[in-house]
Amino acid sequence: MFETLSLHALQVYWWIIIALLGGLFVFIMFIQGGQTLLNQLSASDQEKSMLVNSLGRKWELGFTTLVLFGGALFAAFPKFYATSFGGAYWLWLGILFSFIIQAVSYEYRKKESNFLGAKTYETFLFINGSVGTILLGIAISTFFSGAAFTLDDNNFVHWSVGTRGLEALMEPLNYLLAIAMYFLVRIIAGMYFLNNIDHEPIRTRTRAMIKRNIVYFLPFFLGFVGWVLMKDVYTYHPDTLKVTQVSMHHLYTFIELPYLAGMFLIGVVMVLVAVFNSVFREKNCCIFTVGIGTVLTVMALLLNVGLNHTIYYPSTTDMQSSLSIANSAGSHYTLTAMSYASLMVPFVLAYIAFVWHAMDKVKITEEEITSADEHQY
Amino acid sequence: MELMNTELIDWSRAQFALTALYHFLFVPLTLGLSFIVAIMETIYVKTGDQRWKTITRFWMTLFAINFAIGVATGLIMEFEFGTNWANYSWFVGDIFGAPLAVEGILAFFMESTFFAVMFFGWNKVSKGFHLVSTWLVAVGSNLSAFWILVANGWMQYPVGMEFNPDTVRNEMANFWDVALSPVAVAKFLHTIGSGYVIGALFVIGISAWMILKGRDVLEAKRSMVVGASFGLLVSIFLAVSGDESAHQVAQQQPVKLAAMEGLYKGEERAGIIAVGILNPDKKIGDDLPPLYGDVEIPYALSLLGYHDIDAFVPGLDDLVLGNEKYGIEGAASKIEKGKIAVQALQSYKEAKKIDDKIAMAEARKLLDEYMPYFGYGYLEKPTDIVPPIALTFYSFHIMVGLGTWFILLFLIVLYLTMASDITRFKKILWLSVWSIPLGYIAAEAGWVVAEVGRQPWAIQDLMPVGIAATHIDAGNVKVSFWLFAVLFTVLLIAEIKIMLRQIAIGIKGGH
Repeated sequence: MFETLSLHALQVYWWIIIALLGGLFVFIMFIQGGQTLLNQLSASDQEKSMLVNSLGRKWELGFTTLVLFGGALFAAFPKFYATSFGGAYWLWLGILFSFIIQAVSYEYRKKESNFLGAKTYETFLFINGSVGTILLGIAISTFFSGAAFTLDDNNFVHWSVGTRGLEALMEPLNYLLAIAMYFLVRIIAGMYFLNNIDHEPIRTRTRAMIKRNIVYFLPFFLGFVGWVLMKDVYTYHPDTLKVTQVSMHHLYTFIELPYLAGMFLIGVVMVLVAVFNSVFREKNCCIFTVGIGTVLTVMALLLNVGLNHTIYYPSTTDMQSSLSIANSAGSHYTLTAMSYASLMVPFVLAYIAFVWHAMDKVKITEEEITSADEHQY
Repeated sequence: MELMNTELIDWSRAQFALTALYHFLFVPLTLGLSFIVAIMETIYVKTGDQRWKTITRFWMTLFAINFAIGVATGLIMEFEFGTNWANYSWFVGDIFGAPLAVEGILAFFMESTFFAVMFFGWNKVSKGFHLVSTWLVAVGSNLSAFWILVANGWMQYPVGMEFNPDTVRNEMANFWDVALSPVAVAKFLHTIGSGYVIGALFVIGISAWMILKGRDVLEAKRSMVVGASFGLLVSIFLAVSGDESAHQVAQQQPVKLAAMEGLYKGEERAGIIAVGILNPDKKIGDDLPPLYGDVEIPYALSLLGYHDIDAFVPGLDDLVLGNEKYGIEGAASKIEKGKIAVQALQSYKEAKKIDDKIAMAEARKLLDEYMPYFGYGYLEKPTDIVPPIALTFYSFHIMVGLGTWFILLFLIVLYLTMASDITRFKKILWLSVWSIPLGYIAAEAGWVVAEVGRQPWAIQDLMPVGIAATHIDAGNVKVSFWLFAVLFTVLLIAEIKIMLRQIAIGIKGGH
């Protein structure tokens, strides 16, 4: 079935999958968002434990999505994997370190003889939630702002600056997306807590938090969207792959591919509706609305940067080295083989949804957290 | 492509070795213990005996402590090919990335989704659903091992691909050749076998300690029966899969096999060195004895490597210098052919720049012919194909010696728990306790054989490590190496302390 598709069609198909994974990953980063709220939303150690346990039952999904994101990029767009991970060395290592310390923290925080003490593990969770999210936002923002690399005639990456990725932290515009993401994942975390924890004091504090964070989120998000839509963008010629600069290309892409613009707008509206329902109508059901909204918004942005002959990873030092889905993807054979593997994705999503539903039917309560018969974080 | 400086290569290798060795301290227990707890929970569900539930949950708690740090150390493995081996990632990413992605889709989600049910679902889902979840965690972790070992097997024995000079990369030509390559399958079976053995050693060792301390003796004895029965089966499986693994090494990586055995001069009806000390002055091609005080099992190497008692097993001298009688090509000639391939690629690129189709076709023809030797083109002298012999040799012998001991131990423990009263055999109990670290030593030694033994290759015959790394100042890698060393060591200390505390709390104490 996939064999008959053209190389270009396969590249588009895989970019759609990457965009979907990116969207799902930003959504599941509510775990990171929640990790920055442990002190703010709790008034006692017990309430904090309710928050930690609520997140603790989902953290691995986020971790796994990150790993799959890496694997899928390696398989489908190996040139990006080699160029960005090898080049922006410290940016990616910083992100990875923040996730490494997250992985042990849930399990070890409350265990006896845990060597570093509960506070340290809570700090690890906070670092992962704050620094990790901001660094990831900056890394994703380099899809728009570019990076300082040149590819030689073997397509091997050479980085032009010795800071190896840290220079992205010096670009102020990268913080627009990074900070917007930071507040967004806190908002989603709030809705997850509302849905998952049956405890009124936490719910009251959560609604107030969402209200504040949407106010912080909006200027950064709108600033980011404004910057992206107005900026000069690299594009490539479909036959020669030669890279040229076009002004406001992202905006034109939304106009030329209106379904992307629709997807983006519907996503944003869904997020706002979810916030409205959570804060003003005091509903607890909005995690899925905000989730789908987030996935749609992020997907639309990633599709915008990858499709319509757009360069998705611009080089700021050698324009022609820039990466597009056309010059960075795997071979026809590999993309075909991987496409068959991708048919498993709906099945995987289905069992995740099924297990999520089965486990979350029973909400987290004080009784459960104080029960000796439960595995606790 | 040019060789990078040795300092960078050494630090890049050191970092990969450090992170991989750390990761593999935790993976085997996940692989083995996941099945053992699944078996224990099955007994609980079948019998309805609450004691089995208590036993299952105790081992599950230890499983979770180990699992968390396994996940933490595993993350970097997924990305380190890119961060530190960027040239490699481009040169073979079209093949190598696929198993990693499939691992993510098929295995990781299964593992992580059902892990949550296994730990938090006791009072939330039905008994049957819970049991299925526990089994799915075991299946998921083993599936994950399969795909990552397919990737590793491919580096040792690259198959199912074609080189594309336009993109300067290898491209996949047959997925099934990659996924079902005999090297990958042998590696998978041997590696999961080592995980199962470590799981079993862990269970009998900790149970033995509890019996020695007079704590939860009944539960510990029950655990011991499960651990020892499982251990005996899987340690025999480990020996059989080890035999197949060595057979594959003989076929595909004869230099590694010669290093594993300290074999310099090849011979027919070659024996295996059971014990021996390497002669440190021995050089390729000289007449010094390679070993002192060696005890040999006659014919065994020919049998192991080629399943033929009369087979000729080439030694390092033959492989480096060549051996006409047995038709073995020396490294010097391979290096020459490799240089032709490297030059042909260069000519192809130059011809392409000026759009000279005839010159392109000529260069392409030459490249296709000599591509199997491409990596040799970056070696300087014939002895460059020889890996560090002492490290490979001793690691191999430690691994095999310990593997043999484990079979014996499981046999004794199983016999004593079934036919006698093991609580009276204190020495055996202590031996069980002290065999836990031995399991880890054996598994790590196995990886040293596999990875050090294949040097200088990142991909056998195609790409030496010297051109595979990321172009980066070595200082960066030094810093990240130490960051990993400190962080992983701190986490390891935390893990061991928590684990010991949970063991001290005991089987019934926790629940």
